[in-house]
Amino acid sequence: MYQFTIEPMFGSQNWELAGYNIAFTNSALWMLITTVILGIFVWGGTKRQLVPGRWQMAVETFTGFIDDMLEANIGKAGRKYVPYVFSLFMFILFANLLGLLPLGVVGLHPFTFTSHFTITGVLAAISFSIVLIVGFWKHGFHFFSLFVPHGTPLPMIPAIFLIELVSFAVRPFSLALRLFVAMMAGHVLLEVLSSFVIDGTNAGVGFAALVGLPSFLLMIGICALEILVAGIQAYVFALLTSLYINDAENLH
Amino acid sequence: MPQIAQLADTYSSQIFWLLVFFGIVFFVVGRGMVPKVMDTVSQRDSQIAADLAAAEAARSQADEEEEAWRKRENENRAAAQALVAQAKADAAAASEKKLSAAQKRLDTKLAKAEAEIADARKTALAEVEDVAADAARDIVQRLAGASVTPASAKKAVKEALSHG
Repeated sequence: MYQFTIEPMFGSQNWELAGYNIAFTNSALWMLITTVILGIFVWGGTKRQLVPGRWQMAVETFTGFIDDMLEANIGKAGRKYVPYVFSLFMFILFANLLGLLPLGVVGLHPFTFTSHFTITGVLAAISFSIVLIVGFWKHGFHFFSLFVPHGTPLPMIPAIFLIELVSFAVRPFSLALRLFVAMMAGHVLLEVLSSFVIDGTNAGVGFAALVGLPSFLLMIGICALEILVAGIQAYVFALLTSLYINDAENLH
Repeated sequence: MPQIAQLADTYSSQIFWLLVFFGIVFFVVGRGMVPKVMDTVSQRDSQIAADLAAAEAARSQADEEEEAWRKRENENRAAAQALVAQAKADAAAASEKKLSAAQKRLDTKLAKAEAEIADARKTALAEVEDVAADAARDIVQRLAGASVTPASAKKAVKEALSHG
């Protein structure tokens, strides 16, 4: 569990803003690294060449992917959300992937800030606020008709309204918890397997062959799976955000 | 679980730095760079569409020109064929005329020759009659001792010849 520990860095543990502690922690450092690398990556795609190079092609693939997803889920009105959903998707994707880097080999300590529900919770809250703001801005109190599906019999409306309201209100929590749990579970699994490898090998040749080696082979497979999960969770977060925005844009 | 154990100590710094860095990502990357990238893509798409349309127009023009050329070619060919046919017909008519003239000449020659042959035959026949009549008179005189006039002898010979 040590890998999830937050530590203030550079003696900043007493930084405060309006009475709140804003220490520059290892978590903040990895956010900075993510921001810088993401900025460099996308900046490499702004060369505006008519015939794109590999880098520009890669960036255009990502923007096109988000653009297509929003257009498929929301329609033409979805284009104005591309900057937000792109930022969200790429920020989570880069954070997940950077947290998986095997930097422990050279003595550094990678930190996956998406494995903290404070972080995923804030991201989910931002997405959910956009849904609420867009919904009430565009439809006013008519937005509440989202909670009454078409063709609901009149006596059922109060019950259905309540159920739909609860399922709507649960969305930010499910959004936040899904990413946090997936990232944390993956890292814990890798940690457990690596402890099997290390302890098994230290316990003698027999244990090394019986426990260490199979665990190591399994770990290689799980690493590949974790890279996949890093992409999938970022995709799911962006996809669900776009689906929720679709509810706000188009009601039903 | 540090996420819960450290929650009270770290939530404010976590939220603050997340808002700072995600804000930078959103405003610099999302709003600053992404529209440029997408603009480039759409520019390229429209350029490709325009190029394709130009190529399509050029192709249809080429098709039209080829069609016109084909038409002209067909007309020329038809004219040439008509010319050839005309020349053929003229030549055929001329040779026909020549042939018929030659035929006519040959026919007249043939007819003249036939007439000459018939004349010759007639004179030959008359001479044969005369000789036969003389011979008959001579024979009658020697056998019967009677003299026959040349006219009656000739008459008898003619009868015998026509019967024979």
